[in-house]
Amino acid sequence: MTPKGHPRRSAAQAELLVELGCEEIPAWMIERAADEWKASLQKYLSEASLLQGSSVETFGGPRRLTAMIPSLRLKQPDVARQVTGPAKAAAYDAAGNPTRAAEGFAASKGVGVKDLFVVKLPKGEFIAARQIVLGRSAASVLAEILPRAFSELAWPKTMRWPAPGNPRFIRPVRWLLAILGGRVVSFEFAGLRSGNVTRGHHTLGKSGIPVHDSKQYRTVLNRNFVLVDPAGRRRKIERELSSLAARKGLRIHADLDLLGRVVYLNEYPTAILGGFDPAFLALPEEILITVMRDHQKYFALEKKTGGLAPHFLAVINSDRDRAGKMRAGHERVLRARFADAQFFWNSDQKCRLADNLPRLDSVTYEVSLGSYGLKVKRLRRLCEALLPHLAVPESSSVSVELKLELLDRAASLAKCDLVTEMVREFPELQGIVGGLYARAQGESKLVADSVYDHYRPTSLDDDLPRNLVGSVVAIADKLDTLVGCFAVGKIPSGSSDPFALRRAAAGIVRIIVERRLTISLNAAIQSAISSLAAVNPKLPLPTGLRDQVRDFLEDRARFYFEERRNFAFDEVKAAMAAGSDDLVDLADRLAALRHVRSTENFPPLAAAFKRIRNILAKSAATELIPDHVDLSKFAAEEERALHRHAEDAARASAQLKKERQYNEALERIAQLRPAVDRFFDKVLVMAEDLAVRANRLALLRGLLREFSTIADFSEIVTDSTAPPKT
Amino acid sequence: MKSSPPTLQDLLFRLQQFWSACGCVIGQPYDVEVGAGTMHPETFLRVLGPEPYRVAYIQPSRRPADGRYGENPNRLYKHLQLQVILKPSPADAQELYLASLAMIGVPLRDHDIRFEEDNWESPTLGAWGIGWQVLLDGLEITQFTYFQQCGGLDLDPVSVELTYGLERIAAFLQGVDNVFDIRWSDDVLYRRVRWAEEQQFSAYSFDHADPQRTRQMFDLAELEAKSLLDGYDETSEADRPRYPVLAAYDLCLNCSHLFNLLDSRGVISVTERATLIARIRALACRVAADHVEQNRIRSQVTA
Repeated sequence: MTPKGHPRRSAAQAELLVELGCEEIPAWMIERAADEWKASLQKYLSEASLLQGSSVETFGGPRRLTAMIPSLRLKQPDVARQVTGPAKAAAYDAAGNPTRAAEGFAASKGVGVKDLFVVKLPKGEFIAARQIVLGRSAASVLAEILPRAFSELAWPKTMRWPAPGNPRFIRPVRWLLAILGGRVVSFEFAGLRSGNVTRGHHTLGKSGIPVHDSKQYRTVLNRNFVLVDPAGRRRKIERELSSLAARKGLRIHADLDLLGRVVYLNEYPTAILGGFDPAFLALPEEILITVMRDHQKYFALEKKTGGLAPHFLAVINSDRDRAGKMRAGHERVLRARFADAQFFWNSDQKCRLADNLPRLDSVTYEVSLGSYGLKVKRLRRLCEALLPHLAVPESSSVSVELKLELLDRAASLAKCDLVTEMVREFPELQGIVGGLYARAQGESKLVADSVYDHYRPTSLDDDLPRNLVGSVVAIADKLDTLVGCFAVGKIPSGSSDPFALRRAAAGIVRIIVERRLTISLNAAIQSAISSLAAVNPKLPLPTGLRDQVRDFLEDRARFYFEERRNFAFDEVKAAMAAGSDDLVDLADRLAALRHVRSTENFPPLAAAFKRIRNILAKSAATELIPDHVDLSKFAAEEERALHRHAEDAARASAQLKKERQYNEALERIAQLRPAVDRFFDKVLVMAEDLAVRANRLALLRGLLREFSTIADFSEIVTDSTAPPKT
Repeated sequence: MKSSPPTLQDLLFRLQQFWSACGCVIGQPYDVEVGAGTMHPETFLRVLGPEPYRVAYIQPSRRPADGRYGENPNRLYKHLQLQVILKPSPADAQELYLASLAMIGVPLRDHDIRFEEDNWESPTLGAWGIGWQVLLDGLEITQFTYFQQCGGLDLDPVSVELTYGLERIAAFLQGVDNVFDIRWSDDVLYRRVRWAEEQQFSAYSFDHADPQRTRQMFDLAELEAKSLLDGYDETSEADRPRYPVLAAYDLCLNCSHLFNLLDSRGVISVTERATLIARIRALACRVAADHVEQNRIRSQVTA
């Protein structure tokens, strides 16, 4: 195969190209599958000693997964291996001559008896042989690895189709291609045998295209309207979108999610410009954009002066709109969709939002928790119950019109859009439609915005409800969801979280912390449980419900402070150990802790506290520690000094803590460091004299208790290996 | 020469001709109200068991909740589906489908055709499949499904089901925005053929159907189906093949339609909904199991 005169070394390695051809894979799964496949090929090929540092590249598209490995060994290296045989005693007779056992062993390993040698193992002495294991050809190893890597891809949902061996895959596999150094690597998967033939675009390309290497593969597919590399598809789309928008003097309504989707929906994406009747611009922007983005996968266009333009950009799976029919078709579909939306808007306006309330009784929320009608009842009760527990800072940037009537009105209307035609058609617009209708029907802006916003935030980056009423409704709605779902056992496990409880809990944490709403989590959860018990009296409530929900919320709070606010895990642990019922207070203590951590005295003090905790833990079983320090039992000056300093610091820091001057309080506590250091230098805690010892332990325990109310310093990681802040 | 776009009936002729040439039996619509072509026994029962089969038929499908009194340009109480079943599904099912589009006047190179994920499921029939909706220049025109389960039974071999939305395709080809403006024949519009029906059945489903009597009809149909199916269980194996399981299936379809009617009347409560669906599914699953057994016994007798 190697051309004459080719250097010998290069023949030891060659390029591998693999392609799996498949009917259209759901767009959202492709990128992950390609990554997973890459990792698995890397693993198996390295394990087989074939990879030798070569890169592995994988590409995903709607109808194919492609792998390119520029330099794969054509053969595994030979490996010398020592194999152990029978015990030495059995292998040689008294005269030192080999027995039949030795001869048999040598024969089975293909070596002479003379070549056997003795090895010492923990169990005794054995004979052994040195064997050379010949490396297998890459082709034969690949025939095992390639099918395994394909069959191990973890798809969200697989299917069966008629094929030998009843395979399962994401969609029917239609062809396989594998070429190593110009030759087909033969393997079987999904009832097919691999070859050297690929297929082009479904309607524009040829099928049955022979391939001999990756360069020609890319070129020939390009000519047959397939861009193999998703990065290339993305570049083409971005370039064409911007140039079309620029030509019209418009701006693209940025949408990275949508861009990611169209990259994987098309083998040969091309952007085209379409337009619609400006009369539709009378519909709210939210609705127009949802129709374009979610239903048609079009990019909306904005005027430079703001507001939507009556144009859109579609990404077609073709090289160009030959006959102008694609543009006309897409425009027609959008027209029908907008006309539908217009129709829904008009027919929904025939009754007022509030009139929908009774109809919520026949919409299921959750089987055991009942209808949305019941959810709204709980929501209203809960809002009312939360109100007296809430303290709003005067400096709050949100409006402070937190009147019960407004809160109750917003809670009553919150779910009324679920039975509108608009939300039935566009479920992702729940809340937003309610808010728009409320506004159109003359509700106050405060109430309308609250309805609009009450599902927010839907992610760590989403906006919060704009006003305080909306914030409280949002918290109450999410809290009711949490408590209800936990009560009926719908608890998230692993990646399964059908009621999006993690998102709900994270939303509660974000609103409370970022809007600085002072509220006791325990009291709030208890209120939600009480509303559930009052509205669903027959529902049995599990014991420990409050603690379960609390733990879940705490866990999300931990996640929030670490991932969103970049606190180190030990800071979060330390501050939460001193309490997490009031999340605003927790946030303040965390900020102070981060501040004091960088001061000179703090790390040694934290180390000392950890030492104190260890001493107390060790002595807990054996020592009887008195509740109070007895001044007369002090034997050393250093312990007397520590006690005195601690009392001063306690007094001062308690006052500062009361004023929520956490920075200053912690700085004051950190000043204890010299006294603590001297104590540990000069004083032996576990003194011979039992009374002195007990008194010292009492002193230390008092110290730990007194100074752990802002944060438990002993949780702080202080050695040089402390994990960096993320 | 530029040909004018096909009328609705041209479309029906051409598609049936195409699939006939692919070896399909050209079936007739089922004469019991159904919500989808899948409920026709030529799909629901034929996809069960091992025997190969190919069939295509037009099925008017009634969806009471989708009615709009003939006032909405895109929504209908009753619409036409062309249903194709290829059992087992061939390796070139997608290519055959694309060829059928070319045949009805969709030059493939001139259009943006896409297969987007859409997994079909019918809880009332205990049936589900994996596949796509096919988009033609952004318009959903076909449901393309590899049937995985039907009547609660795993299917082997897997059939492929193609469901063409005929009004949508006709409106697309004729370039009309309102379904009622579709030319059914050269000189008769869709409006003239169907409008009164849309108006009156919408009114019946939303305003007139008596909930209590509809419920009673549901209960009666279910009772009749159940007693038939119980009777099957008591029948000797030799007599089973000629036992009227098919009649039980018709009654199951009646239940499904009556359920849809109650649903559009808005009288189904939260818990009732799930219960009613489960009751219909129970009938469908028993029918499926009995039907498979009947075929097995029959094939043993003839073998």
